[in-house]
Amino acid sequence: MNANPKLADLAPAFDVERIRADFPILSQRVHGKPFVFLDSAASAQKPRAVIGAMSHAMETQYANVHRGLHWMSERTSDAYENVRDQVAALLHAESREEIVFTRNSTEAINLVAHSYGRGILKPGQAVLITEMEHHANIVPWQMLRDSHGIELRVAGITDSGELDLASFASLLEDGRVGLAAVTHMSNVLGTYNPIARVAALAHAAGAQLLVDGSQAVVHRTVDVQALGADFYVFTGHKLYGPTGVGVLWARRALLDAMPPFMGGGDMIASVSFERSIWASGPTKFEAGTPAIIEVIGLGAAIDYVSAIGFDAIAAHEAALTGHALSRLSAVDGLRIVGQAKDRGGVISFTLEGAHAHDVATLLDRNGIAVRAGRHCADPLMARMGVTSTARASFGIYTTHAEIDVLADTLVRVRSFFQ
Amino acid sequence: MSQSHSFDDVRDLYQNIILDRARNPRHMHRMEPFDACAAGENPLCGDQVEVRVRFAAGTTVAEAAFEARGCAISMASADLMAEVVRGRDAAAMRSLAADFAELARNGVSGSADPAISTLQPLSGVSEYRSRVKCATLPWSALIAALDGAKESSHD
Repeated sequence: MNANPKLADLAPAFDVERIRADFPILSQRVHGKPFVFLDSAASAQKPRAVIGAMSHAMETQYANVHRGLHWMSERTSDAYENVRDQVAALLHAESREEIVFTRNSTEAINLVAHSYGRGILKPGQAVLITEMEHHANIVPWQMLRDSHGIELRVAGITDSGELDLASFASLLEDGRVGLAAVTHMSNVLGTYNPIARVAALAHAAGAQLLVDGSQAVVHRTVDVQALGADFYVFTGHKLYGPTGVGVLWARRALLDAMPPFMGGGDMIASVSFERSIWASGPTKFEAGTPAIIEVIGLGAAIDYVSAIGFDAIAAHEAALTGHALSRLSAVDGLRIVGQAKDRGGVISFTLEGAHAHDVATLLDRNGIAVRAGRHCADPLMARMGVTSTARASFGIYTTHAEIDVLADTLVRVRSFFQ
Repeated sequence: MSQSHSFDDVRDLYQNIILDRARNPRHMHRMEPFDACAAGENPLCGDQVEVRVRFAAGTTVAEAAFEARGCAISMASADLMAEVVRGRDAAAMRSLAADFAELARNGVSGSADPAISTLQPLSGVSEYRSRVKCATLPWSALIAALDGAKESSHD
């Protein structure tokens, strides 16, 4: 049964069973039941292509990058730098020189908060975030506020979980906002924010825009130039890649103007005890030996999703989301938190009479993995009037049948606690 | 609970007494007056509990009560705790809290304290590592109340 056959028809080549066969972990059983993994928004599973690329690199082609004069180091540097081109293509960046490898999205945002925040923003200026941000896009700005005299402003959201653009615009009005930092897709509500409009508002008020793409980059084509973003961050492990590698994209002029984040090897052109000269381009922000193997794994993940194609991925997930919304909203006592019109495959819900943790435990005993709690978004939970929710989130390997298992099991969970 | 739920394998965790206490707690109310009080919170899940204690003489409990927003395990644990601490002094409550923590972590306790048999239905959490804290949260709040803290930071 398909709630949205039109969208599914757009992806005739999308074979979810073939994709599932690429993910070894999906054949595991949990508590004796088939493993139904609905927690991809926390971290996605890894295809054999990623696992294999990382092993292959370590077995056949590994040395430190950017410093060896020997063949193996040069080959490894090539493999590492090749991923910079892949990321630039994934994000439709103007240049590979705009891609900085970090440890994850959190580190990428902290990099901007330290370097752009302390180096470019001036005390008295403001940073504007929204009520639907993950802690990773709140706490670094609070730290900047407290250390650097930057005001922190928070734009509201509507009861349906959409960004309140009027609130956002009004907080830009006095022209003191130097940077807005907004999620592309909420990790709790599934809401996509209208980034192009957000960027236009920010730029009209003289502010730059950082976009947290941790969730969105997994599901849709991202074109940072079309979006009008100035900074875009994402993490590898949600994109079917390994942990330990993330990306900061920033416009070249911004990267050039920003002071380094961390000091050390690799980020310098020359060092003496009197002074050091920073390296140019993204290298300036990549101090120390980077996550070489993980970057290579990220490259394999980008190859993998690109081969499937984001049009097909987006169509598959839109169909899944439509199916899930219709199945879940039919469960008696279930309330979906977040009703945005433009939304993706991240669905938070509460179940009357059952706490989210009890729901998660019972689902787990039926082999179904969901997240329960506050999802690293305490202020958003307060705004939505909930203390905790259960969250089901989908990936390229999620099937309609798995959503049916979830919905059927939730009916039984509900009656268990009644 | 009927077979049709086929959640038989979670019955060790959700015994009938747990479900009953979570649905109909006997000691969940805003008790006035009180002599000691502390709040506890599990930041991972957002569970919150506030424990209030009224002493009869010294630190011997005349009555304990709680207010909470939490899962079935934390609610039932708070309710059973309020029951078994009645008539105990601070030292006896601390000792029982330690015995209960052992029960929650290991599923068994070597304690000869008769209250442990009342708390025994919560021993099932030992099989669910992520849920042990749900059971011990109210006890952490109780100890914080005895220590005179306003809020307990749950370990």
